[in-house]
Amino acid sequence: MANAREVKLRIRSVKNIAQVTRALQAVSASKVQKAMQAMYRTRPYATKAWQVLTHVAAQPGRGVLHPLLAEREQVKNTLIVLISGDRGLAGAYNSNIVRFTLQKFGSYHHPAKFITIGRKGRDLMFRRGQEILAEFSNLPAAPEFADVSAIGHLAVDEFLSGNVDEVYLVYTDFVNMVKQIPTVKKLLPLEVDSGEGRVEAFGVEQHGPEATYIYEPGQEQLLDEIVPRFTALQVYQAVMESLASEHAARMVAMKNATENATELSAALQLEYNKARQQSITSEMLDIAGGAEALAQS
Amino acid sequence: MPIRCEIVSQDRLIFEGDADSVLLPGTEGEMGILPNHAPLLSTLSFGVIKVRLQNHEEIFTVAGGVVEVQPKIITVLANRAENVREIDVARAEAARRRAEKILAEGPPPDSDSFLRMEAALRRSQLRLDAVRRYRQGRRTEVPSMMEDRG
Repeated sequence: MANAREVKLRIRSVKNIAQVTRALQAVSASKVQKAMQAMYRTRPYATKAWQVLTHVAAQPGRGVLHPLLAEREQVKNTLIVLISGDRGLAGAYNSNIVRFTLQKFGSYHHPAKFITIGRKGRDLMFRRGQEILAEFSNLPAAPEFADVSAIGHLAVDEFLSGNVDEVYLVYTDFVNMVKQIPTVKKLLPLEVDSGEGRVEAFGVEQHGPEATYIYEPGQEQLLDEIVPRFTALQVYQAVMESLASEHAARMVAMKNATENATELSAALQLEYNKARQQSITSEMLDIAGGAEALAQS
Repeated sequence: MPIRCEIVSQDRLIFEGDADSVLLPGTEGEMGILPNHAPLLSTLSFGVIKVRLQNHEEIFTVAGGVVEVQPKIITVLANRAENVREIDVARAEAARRRAEKILAEGPPPDSDSFLRMEAALRRSQLRLDAVRRYRQGRRTEVPSMMEDRG
């Protein structure tokens, strides 16, 4: 049995840890609320924008409508926009999204390049020897569209210049406080599947497109304006979803850590009491033995 | 048969409902949309959207955006939009004064912020105009409006 003083030190350190994790839990709890509100505020717009885009893309002859809608005959290079967190201590949040990405694209049939958002994703991908085209980290706590629109535009530019032939977006979809799902979404060229059960943007139903559109002003001008912007908007929404997911994951992780620490400190306390009692017992025995010896002599 | 109308701005859902007709400020001029309109995609300019419902009319200001029309649904993706009833007149008035003052104060520091201020001015002007025109019977609540008309 460990000696009482050592156990006491351990108790103290475990309690300190519990205090820290409890504070982090409280902070994350308030952050997740804010992030969720922001996410739900922007969700309708992003969803509708995505719907409009899919309608546009579902028209016959989409390839000639706009270069961003055109499927390439041969896909040689793939670009993946990976959204992760800047900070750790968020449970499996960062490793989940990275593992998911590597499963999907790690041994992809043609080269994949990455744009990473968040320090953790960058570091982990770098360590795995993946090619990183650009990285964005230290996003503000509550990003505006202007803060991330550059990321979407970079993806669009890479696609237009022919450096890459398809662009995927990997992010963590926020379902609820305890459930966040790593999700992959094809960003460019727009994926259109007229059938049922398509992988849908941020979970909303679809109403079928009809005939070709009338454009006002001209088709080219209009599509030039909205397609890149709405694509960038999808990145923004994905960032918002991921942010809420990160805070939720961190909150749950910290809650578990606090509980574990409390449990551990209780177990240690018991051990300490035992050790203390034992030392008293042995001291008593010593004294008693000594007294006995004196009496006999 | 009504047409579904949804208006969203970048930060929230503004309006959702079944309308009899919708009047929109397209960049190429005003557009009136009735149910079963042909599919249309258009950009919007600064102006007001009038949504006619069964027995009343809802009016919104919009500061640019995009509209998608399908035979049964109109989706307005507004850069900014507000229901006229929600417009805070005092704030809009203050915003307009501020923007005007800054624009009047000689050379703007850089074109970017100049454009921003100009846009802000146009927005608050639009809001005030819309309130003036469409919020009848409520003017007495708003002292600054009285001065303006006097």
